[in-house]
Amino acid sequence: MTWAQVFTSSVGKKITMALTGVFLILFLIVHVGVNACIWFNDGGEVFNRAANFLGENVVPRILEIGLFLFFILHIVQGLMLEVQNRSKRSIGYAVSYGNRGSRWYSRSMGLLGTLILLFLIIHLADFWVPSRFTHMSEVQLSDGKNVHNLYSLMQARFQNPFIVIIYVLGCISLAYHLAHGFTSSFRTLGVHNKRYIAMLRSLGYAFAIIVPLVFAMMPVSFYMGWVK
Amino acid sequence: MLDAKIPEGKLENKWTDYKGHCKLVNPANKRRLEIIVVGTGLAGASAAAALGELGYKVKSFCFQDSPRRAHSIAAQGGINAAKNYQNDGDSVFRLFYDTIKGGDYRSREANVHRLAEVSANIIDQCVAQGVPFAREYGGLLSNRSFGGVQVQRTFYAAGQTGQQLLIGAYQALERQVALGNVKMYSRHEMLDIVMVDGKARGIICRNLVTGELERHFGHAVVLCTGGYGNVFYLSTNAMGCNVTAAWKAHKKGAYFGNPCFTQIHPTCIPVSGEYQSKLTLMSESLRNDGRIWVPKKQNDPRKANEIPDDERDYYLERRYPAYGNLVPRDVASRAAKERCDAGYGVGTFKQAVYLDFASAIQRYGHAEANKHGIENPSHEEIKRMGDEVVKEKYGNLFDMYEKITGENPYEVPMRIYPAVHYTMGGLWVDYELMTSVKGLYALGECNYSDHGANRLGASALMQGLADGYFVIPYTIGNYLADEIRTPAIPTTHPAFEEAEKNVAARIEKLMSIKGTESVESMHKRLGKIMWNKCGMARNEQGLKEAIEEIRALRKEFWSNLRIPGGINEYNPELDKAGRVADFIELGELICIDALDRKESCGAHFREEFQTSEGEAKRDDEHYMYVSAWEYKNEENWELHKEDLVYEMMHPTQRSYK
Amino acid sequence: MEHYNMNLTLKVWRQKNSQEKGKFETHRVENISSEMSFLEMFDVLNEKLISEGKDPIAFDHDCREGICGMCSMYINGKPHGPWKGNTVCQLHMRAFKDGDTIVVEPWRANAFPVIKDLVVDRSAFDRIIQAGGFISVNTGNAVDANAIPVEKDNADKAFAAAACIGCGACVAACKNSSAMLFVSAKVSHLALLPQGDPERKSRVLAMVHQMDKEGFGACTFTEACEATCPKEISVTNIARLNQEYFRASLAADK
Repeated sequence: MTWAQVFTSSVGKKITMALTGVFLILFLIVHVGVNACIWFNDGGEVFNRAANFLGENVVPRILEIGLFLFFILHIVQGLMLEVQNRSKRSIGYAVSYGNRGSRWYSRSMGLLGTLILLFLIIHLADFWVPSRFTHMSEVQLSDGKNVHNLYSLMQARFQNPFIVIIYVLGCISLAYHLAHGFTSSFRTLGVHNKRYIAMLRSLGYAFAIIVPLVFAMMPVSFYMGWVK
Repeated sequence: MLDAKIPEGKLENKWTDYKGHCKLVNPANKRRLEIIVVGTGLAGASAAAALGELGYKVKSFCFQDSPRRAHSIAAQGGINAAKNYQNDGDSVFRLFYDTIKGGDYRSREANVHRLAEVSANIIDQCVAQGVPFAREYGGLLSNRSFGGVQVQRTFYAAGQTGQQLLIGAYQALERQVALGNVKMYSRHEMLDIVMVDGKARGIICRNLVTGELERHFGHAVVLCTGGYGNVFYLSTNAMGCNVTAAWKAHKKGAYFGNPCFTQIHPTCIPVSGEYQSKLTLMSESLRNDGRIWVPKKQNDPRKANEIPDDERDYYLERRYPAYGNLVPRDVASRAAKERCDAGYGVGTFKQAVYLDFASAIQRYGHAEANKHGIENPSHEEIKRMGDEVVKEKYGNLFDMYEKITGENPYEVPMRIYPAVHYTMGGLWVDYELMTSVKGLYALGECNYSDHGANRLGASALMQGLADGYFVIPYTIGNYLADEIRTPAIPTTHPAFEEAEKNVAARIEKLMSIKGTESVESMHKRLGKIMWNKCGMARNEQGLKEAIEEIRALRKEFWSNLRIPGGINEYNPELDKAGRVADFIELGELICIDALDRKESCGAHFREEFQTSEGEAKRDDEHYMYVSAWEYKNEENWELHKEDLVYEMMHPTQRSYK
Repeated sequence: MEHYNMNLTLKVWRQKNSQEKGKFETHRVENISSEMSFLEMFDVLNEKLISEGKDPIAFDHDCREGICGMCSMYINGKPHGPWKGNTVCQLHMRAFKDGDTIVVEPWRANAFPVIKDLVVDRSAFDRIIQAGGFISVNTGNAVDANAIPVEKDNADKAFAAAACIGCGACVAACKNSSAMLFVSAKVSHLALLPQGDPERKSRVLAMVHQMDKEGFGACTFTEACEATCPKEISVTNIARLNQEYFRASLAADK
């Protein structure tokens, strides 16, 4: 059993999806933590400091490369799996089993993932590209350090209601993607003990609701003027 | 006089001596010897696997889409073995004794003793294969009790023992397929035996998907094709179960042994209407805890739960206090029929009796309450806890009952009635399981050997696996040792040509009838004749009428049958037609045999021969033999007799009182 | 239980053989008793078709008591019809009411090609078992059955997994046509028993390999298989297979 054989088998491909998925879940925790700093409502002081820390430190920068690789792996493998799985039934059913046997979002991971991908492209173009490559205005922190003013960029972006709606929709897709993906990834990695599955299931639902909700509240908070 | 080739010596040494002295085939020669195994039930799958393991070149055939679907899979209750794990006095001798007695002294002592001897090895083998038998908390195997015995020797896997054993054998078989020792042919039906120089040398079979006929050579042919209960149309057999393979062998010279010994199982779900296609068994294990009763009043209109205990007739407990509800199947069936015929039946057609779990639920409920230290438990608590225990023991059977009848057996008693279940009769075989045709073997339910006139519960699985795993690997070697100089016969040999031509001609004849009546309808008519006149009770006049009616039906069949579709395609109606044609011929022989046997024994109950208490009355002086019928030509059979000599047992009137 | 009769419209998939294209055909059946089984209703329809000189509908069935796994109809969008934990042969007509239209399709998966009408070829399952779904013990090798105690809990779990009847409903129900429930049931059954331990690594790798080769899809844990399984086999077994696979592949020497 060579590594190539392992990771090209159907179970191996799912292991790839699960491992990258779990890594992306960890990333979400960091991301949501940093973003939540906007609610200090201090004109972005803490938020910008945190964002800058991630941006200039060497460890997060290395992790960022890993993150990108994992994102790409997750996306490419996911899309390939979706295509392959669909190809296994050339003639479809006249009447579908539908929601009687499974939840719609568990059957729609490919679709939800694609929506998240589209959102991700917009999201990267909005913030990551200006911060990393093109120009971004700077701001002086209380300790005198000059850093990218991501906060003001966010503030500006989220005055546009369409952008806010796109972001909220993106978060909803993410929520459903996680509602299935969280527990599923652990089962793919072999967790089968009923008690842990039950724990992971509750945890997964909680995560799938809380994290995207927090994300979604950012554009909404800016738009509604809850943070200044 | 038939020679059963029973080895000399003391009964308990016969098998050991045989194994010590039978001829062997060396491994290099085994690789060149080909064996055909037809059927993949417990006997067939285990035989094909065991022979493949030995290194023979095996070809295995089944008509289903996968070998795992053979009807052994439906056996529910369990498998007997003389392990004496319960320390309740069991032994090889007791298993042997119970089986002979249960069979009403119409089985061959040497075969039954061998069966009892190897029974323990079967359990070992199955456990090693991963068969998940029920276990106790200590991790050791659990046992329960079955009809006609007073020890607990039945191993089980919930109500799916047959399934688990068959899957074990199937996996062993698939392993041999993967190793290349066995070649598997599914969706193939055997349609004839090819004889070369007086020996069975191959088969003609039909690929049921394409309709093509195929020829296959084998140095020996092993039939493991099950029983013929479907001759009654309604039975607990699967829809596809048939006698065709055995019947073709019979027509090629294999004697048919005791065809009239057909077991009627006492606990089946009653018929609900004309459209009924099969009957469903409720495992005999239910009689461990269920109590059978009918109202004391004839045609009592009240619902079961409205009838107070003192107005119920627990007729088995009344008539047979020693064994109670666990009397053997033939006895329980006849007792049910007797009550229903006398007007005490229940249900829509008054052709059913109650199988009641209320008292078991109460008993278990109280025991659980005790275990959990609940004092003065309420009725509801007892019921709930009792239900749970019963659910764990028989849950799947209760579910099945509810699906079929729409009634909840935890609340109302089950309604049950006897139905055709198993056929003790079959191809006559000698001690080596060889039929009267050289090189042709019959194993499992397909043969007549171990169960006499009545089979005890949980013994069919035992026999199937004993024959396949532990008997045929020795006995076939004894034959094949002399065949090592026989090269594979090419299937272009005239005998193959001839056999295939005959098979093709018969199929064409069937297709060319182009009448008006469907196969199914003809089969139902045959079933009615058989059930009414050759069922649970038989008499001379009825049997004579039945023979005439079956002959008339046969003529009608061959002049008025309609089979849609064509020959060279997937055509289930054509498959069925061939099988029903054989059933009709067999039906006639069953009645002839029943007519010939002027005694009652086991499942064969001739109304003219009964004791004053209505029990079967044997005639050992005149009928202590196996009837082995040789096919001569249409409507003409010759009876050969194998005298049964009892060295160890002393036949007595069977008593379960 | 109240009995009643009903008239029904059946839309049934007809396909002459694996090469030709199939289509739906509509039939009416009348006076169907609520006590009939679904297959007995089909018997009635087929008798009618035969008497009209038409080709009866081919469907797989054998034991008609829910254990052989041969019957395989996709009824109104669900394998084995509307009842939970049930096979077609045990589905009874009281599940329907007068005037209903019932759509009946074969199992659909490229790994299960149609042979005729509602009959499909499930030999892929046999080949998966051949790949490793067994314990290699020749007849006569066994030690005494009670020599190795098995924890009751594990024995019960193994039994629950071994209850699989190999009908293929899991594949039919899965949007990916994945056979993971079937494969994992066998892997779990044998991995949970000490007797199956020596081969557990090679078994899971070989069986998954064969499953992929047969053209089944990957599992995405929608749980549709568990919902439709007539023996209610749990997807927990799939998670167990994943663990077995993960371990076996990590531990492989090359």
